[in-house]
Amino acid sequence: MISLKINGKDNKIEVDPGTPLLWVLRDHLQLTGTKYGCGIAQCGACTVHLDGRAVRSCVTPVSTAIGKQITTIEGLAETTLGKSVQTAWQDVDVPQCGYCQSGQIMAATALLREHPHPSESQITAAMDGILCRCGTYNRIRSAIHKAAAQQGGAK
Amino acid sequence: MNNMTIPEISRRDFLKGSAAVMGGLVISFYLPIKGGRAYAADAPPSPVYPPNAFIHIAPDDSITIVVNKSEMGQGVYTSLPMLIAEELEADWSRIKVKSAPVAAVYNHTGYGMQMTGGSSSIPSSWEQLRKVGASARILLIRAAAYQWAVPENECRAENSQVTHAKSGNKSSYGKLTDAASKLPLPEKIELKSPKDFKLLGKPMKRLDTPAKINGSAQFGLDVYIPGMLTVLIARSPVFGGQVKHFNATEALKVAGVQGVYQVPTGIAVAASGFWPAKTARDMLEIEWNEGAGATLSTPQMRKQYLDMAKTPGTIARKDGDTVQGFKTAHKSISAEYEIPYLAHAAMEPLNVVVDLKPDHCTIWTGTQAQTMDRAVAAQTAMLNPDQVEIHTTFLGGGFGRRANPRSDFVKEAVQVAMAVRQPVKVVWTREDDMRGGNYRPMWSDHIEAAIAKDGKPIAWKHTIVGQSIVADTMFEGFMTKGGVDVTSVEGAATLPYLIPNLQVDLHSPKNAVPVQWWRSVGHSHTAFVVETMVDELAKLAGKDPVAYRLAMLPADSRYRGVLQLAANKAGWGKKKMPAGHALGVAVHESFNSYVAEIAEVSLDSGKIRVHRVVAAVDCGMVINPDGVEQQIEGAIVYGLSAALHDAITLEKGRVLQSNFHDYTPLRFSEMPQIEVHIVASSHPPSGIGEPGTPPIAPAVANAVYTLTGKRLRRMPFDQESFA
Repeated sequence: MISLKINGKDNKIEVDPGTPLLWVLRDHLQLTGTKYGCGIAQCGACTVHLDGRAVRSCVTPVSTAIGKQITTIEGLAETTLGKSVQTAWQDVDVPQCGYCQSGQIMAATALLREHPHPSESQITAAMDGILCRCGTYNRIRSAIHKAAAQQGGAK
Repeated sequence: MNNMTIPEISRRDFLKGSAAVMGGLVISFYLPIKGGRAYAADAPPSPVYPPNAFIHIAPDDSITIVVNKSEMGQGVYTSLPMLIAEELEADWSRIKVKSAPVAAVYNHTGYGMQMTGGSSSIPSSWEQLRKVGASARILLIRAAAYQWAVPENECRAENSQVTHAKSGNKSSYGKLTDAASKLPLPEKIELKSPKDFKLLGKPMKRLDTPAKINGSAQFGLDVYIPGMLTVLIARSPVFGGQVKHFNATEALKVAGVQGVYQVPTGIAVAASGFWPAKTARDMLEIEWNEGAGATLSTPQMRKQYLDMAKTPGTIARKDGDTVQGFKTAHKSISAEYEIPYLAHAAMEPLNVVVDLKPDHCTIWTGTQAQTMDRAVAAQTAMLNPDQVEIHTTFLGGGFGRRANPRSDFVKEAVQVAMAVRQPVKVVWTREDDMRGGNYRPMWSDHIEAAIAKDGKPIAWKHTIVGQSIVADTMFEGFMTKGGVDVTSVEGAATLPYLIPNLQVDLHSPKNAVPVQWWRSVGHSHTAFVVETMVDELAKLAGKDPVAYRLAMLPADSRYRGVLQLAANKAGWGKKKMPAGHALGVAVHESFNSYVAEIAEVSLDSGKIRVHRVVAAVDCGMVINPDGVEQQIEGAIVYGLSAALHDAITLEKGRVLQSNFHDYTPLRFSEMPQIEVHIVASSHPPSGIGEPGTPPIAPAVANAVYTLTGKRLRRMPFDQESFA
């Protein structure tokens, strides 16, 4: 039995500690907003926060998340920053199929936490690992600028 | 791989103890392999659609629109409700959306089955759904007029309310819907004039965005039902291969594994979740009878195709006399093109949830082809189609893969459910999805073309080699003309340029690799070939590529408008390019829409870098301009990934690519600026999901020529060296 703190709540789960965090979130807790895309940290659809930092949950053994604050897309709106990123995504109408967007939003939020005034190249570096097959990248960039502005961080 | 049947034993076991079902089992349905419509059982719906099939108005005035097309990113959960809401005079802020079940009333008006594809959702629903909205509005007004005992033509509907100015009466739709639903359908429906549109043509926010930014949108992979096991399948490493022996001893020891089953497509591992299923699958020992597919290797196939491209094929189009044309030519050129297999690689790998009971089958999946899937599921489980229920979830990308003419992923999942005898979720890993075939075909083309003394084209002979997508499917009968699969030659046989002697012919070799439609289908390859060759002719004639194309296009051609608009907006021939940058142009029609794209390109350490794409589109009347912009942007990115990076290749029948490290969609850092300009048009709406894809590869290739003098005739362009 392991204990995980997810979106501020404690969870006790019976699972092999080597299981990737992604499958614990999805199969054990039905937190299905975090997506499976590649299983090898190539697409970023599974991005969640461990203590505020973006990680690829598909290659993160659940054991490494013990004792850390895990945030998924379902819990993101509980922070002001997370909420303003989601609002920016809504205003710019970013998603098409939407499958990658949880990962995009989680990566963007972690970027803005670290760099409230991100430069174009910081945005590119933070977002380059999250694939989108629908081609929403330019709208993602606009939404990040918008969220930064809402946080008082942009020009 | 696709023609196997479920082993007899499984079905017998499954039905054991269900004598009543067994006794009553009638196979009243079959799927003809060739020709005809498969769905004769579904009577065509009456020309007046009952509005209650599409519109549910609740007492609280919220309106639920039932959408009969699958939402895979193209925006149908917004644009189709707009068509209804416009004529319904509905309060847009109270619109909700629900996906349609499978029923004849939801059939595609052109295809006669429930299906999303061919960039046809708006064109095929444009009349139908506006009429649905209008007939509901007429009935609501009629119900109000009746209640108030006033003439109908004095009542007015607006913002989900009917009002009668003279009496001051007013009532919301929610209060009228009950009475309206009891009235007979209106016999006469008049549609609004476009000048009166309130919603159509205005940029609207997508209705599915809120669910897609908070994790609540349900994709197929997100479906969990009680008692469900997760199943991964070890499929043959070679197309068409079959299991010879397998040993599951170690796999069965993995905690959480419930069973290992042989199914027609391989060995299925059922477990409590993805991770134990995957862990166990990796431990299976399987020996395969690989079959003829094991002889396939890309270099040999390429040689075979290129040889074939030099021999005459089945004629798809013949104008004038090409032999004579070449005799009188001033200058001529010939070229060979090599274009690879492509995976759709949607972000959501394939998956299907099946709950199979003796007399009922419930399926949850993101499919583009509900009627076909239901028929195949029914046939597989030996049920009637009406005993099969399909819940269409959001699709994490479709791009054609989820409209499989063999319903491969649904059929397999039903076979698994029959073997496992518990609710199952069959999940394809990324590697399974990438190596699972049903690819955009590999193509080789050979073109000879010539110009006369005045520089005008005088002869054009184009031979195409590649597998037919429709061969041996139910689509073969109506998508093959004179022995030619129309999807193989679209964009080539429909070349718009005035060339007096022109011939297009086709070879359709067969092999074990399953092929399928991929965003823009045949156009995804033909546009590259013809639009780079036309560019070569322009250079041969010493003419500007835009002016040369315009001179070859009929005066009333809709290609002209997009070409001129894109050229103007991109500053073609006017704007000074930064050092090391060049522009390239291409224009193409697909799905009755016209798109010109101009790409600004440079080389960055020997790699092609696309900085900016200016697109002009004529897709007839526009429903949601914001949606058009999204689709063109998306289509360009999809086409650019293929142009620059992607290929599926085979060695000894094995697919060499497996995941996003070796099949690499365009990333954020490679994204060009994209501008989308719309040509104002009063033509009926035409397709928008696909037409942005075809022009991007030739536009980039033509820019690279201007930059380097090198002609790109092989895709992807990454394999070329610019040192």
